[in-house]
Amino acid sequence: MSLTSADVLHIARLARISLTDAEVDRFAAQLSGILDHFAALAAVPTAGIEPTAHPLPLSNVMRADEVASSLPLGDVLLNAPEREDGYFRVRAVLE
Amino acid sequence: MPAVATDFETVIGLEVHCQLTTRSKMFCACSTDYAGAAPNTHVCPVCLGMPGVLPVINEQAIADIVMTGLALDCEITPFSKFDRKNYPYPDLMKGYQISQYDLPVCKGGSLEIQVEGHEPRRIGITRVHMEEDTARLLHRTDPVTGDGYSLVDVNRSGTPLMEIVSEPDMRTPAEAREYLVRLRQVLRYIGVSEANMEEGNFRCDANISLRPRGQAEFGTKVEIKNMNSFRAVHDALVFEEKRQAAALSAGEKLIQETRGWVDERNETVSQRSKEHANDYRYFPEPDLPPLRLSSAFVESVRARLPRLPAERKAELLDLGLSEHEAVTLSESRDRADYYDAVRAALTGGEPARAAKLAANWVLGEVLRWVNTTGRDIQDLPVTPDRLAELITMVGQGTVTAQAAKSVFETMAESGKTAADVVAEQGLAQISGSDELRDMVRAVIAANEKAVADYRAGKDSAIKFLIGQVMRETKGRANPALLQDLFTEELTEK
Repeated sequence: MSLTSADVLHIARLARISLTDAEVDRFAAQLSGILDHFAALAAVPTAGIEPTAHPLPLSNVMRADEVASSLPLGDVLLNAPEREDGYFRVRAVLE
Repeated sequence: MPAVATDFETVIGLEVHCQLTTRSKMFCACSTDYAGAAPNTHVCPVCLGMPGVLPVINEQAIADIVMTGLALDCEITPFSKFDRKNYPYPDLMKGYQISQYDLPVCKGGSLEIQVEGHEPRRIGITRVHMEEDTARLLHRTDPVTGDGYSLVDVNRSGTPLMEIVSEPDMRTPAEAREYLVRLRQVLRYIGVSEANMEEGNFRCDANISLRPRGQAEFGTKVEIKNMNSFRAVHDALVFEEKRQAAALSAGEKLIQETRGWVDERNETVSQRSKEHANDYRYFPEPDLPPLRLSSAFVESVRARLPRLPAERKAELLDLGLSEHEAVTLSESRDRADYYDAVRAALTGGEPARAAKLAANWVLGEVLRWVNTTGRDIQDLPVTPDRLAELITMVGQGTVTAQAAKSVFETMAESGKTAADVVAEQGLAQISGSDELRDMVRAVIAANEKAVADYRAGKDSAIKFLIGQVMRETKGRANPALLQDLFTEELTEK
């Protein structure tokens, strides 16, 4: 399966990254290779086999509804490049 | 020019997001009690989306969503899992939201609605799934540069959120509004959510399309967002109904889009084009093992399910109350419980009569108090037992119905019992023999002639003596008791 440049640009937009033309060509080939690999997996006959969402034999791992203390504000904002009045400050988000 | 249909049928489906009232968040132990708290004070590495942390499911949230599913007649999925919904937006700290894609906890239910003046209808519930709320964004403008920027408060992020998706079964904006009212009522009855739209813990997006009446397939749908009240949902749907009808009548083609409701302008406006479902790149959440909800667990939740509004209303109708009385009394669980407690405390009489008496008082004085004070019925100092006592006193003729209303007001203000208020306001019959005996003795001492007449065998003289006490007490003394007391006092001597 081969991805077009348009497919790669669409994926790049979803990931919010910009690509050069050369990168688009390179990733088109690389991503197509990944898809080919999955196509090979998809060719394995799986009729009658239950889909597996999780490989571990675990379920219902839950906690009681109990409150524990949160982080101090200084720690919360420690890595924030920009902050204001206790908030994280980020670039404008447009709807 | 092609023929254009002018008679359209409206098709509406609603998506409701509803915060649960758990103490802690969905996947971490941060408190959900962040209303009014300083920003970013109810957060930890899990809800901040730090690398390497592990979410753990809040079991109360799962019990709550199962109860919701049962209340909405859903099937509870025996095997359910969480999925990652990927989209980069600053309100998601991880870059994805933990939600449920193909195996929600609940699916295939329904909710009965009834718009006034119309027959009841069942609205299908497609699914109810569990997810987490997002962070809150504030939009600001830099005073120096004039550039816009955003502030992020992560407190809300990770709060348990249920998404309740309806089938496209509603046909009018009034039905959509009614559906929301009934859904909110059920959620409040079962106590899983405050379900308050104005406070943002109950949010609604609407899908609406039009099709020529009689056509089976749906028209192009539009999703409406930003509606912050039931009225806004109704008005936005009315606006969109008209806009789409006008466009279709003019032969225009509608585009599938998201539109935002602008309350001040009373209109919807086009918003960003939505990423398609496959752009969310859902995949099973690897950090959370799946849920296997056993029938024993589901039944343990069902055992705690309270009687629902429809059932409470039917019970009230069975008691002989009117449709209006039944609807109003079953409006909230607290109200229905209060009413039932008053009725149950009115023992000894005809059940239908007790039902009606209790209804008159709750719909009258009790709701008047609730409406005037703006407080909850369970805060009313006149408890159901105390109201029943007052009603009984009216029934026994101890106080008149008119006086009872002022007694009720005083009870509500002072927290005193009916008996105390009646006594203090001097409204009661005097039936205490000690109190009356003193008066009887005083009257005997002051009326030697009548006493002598009585002792001489003139029985009617006792009536004169009783009359003296009656005059003294302004008619509140119990006459039968006075008769006994006088006979006793006069024969002892």
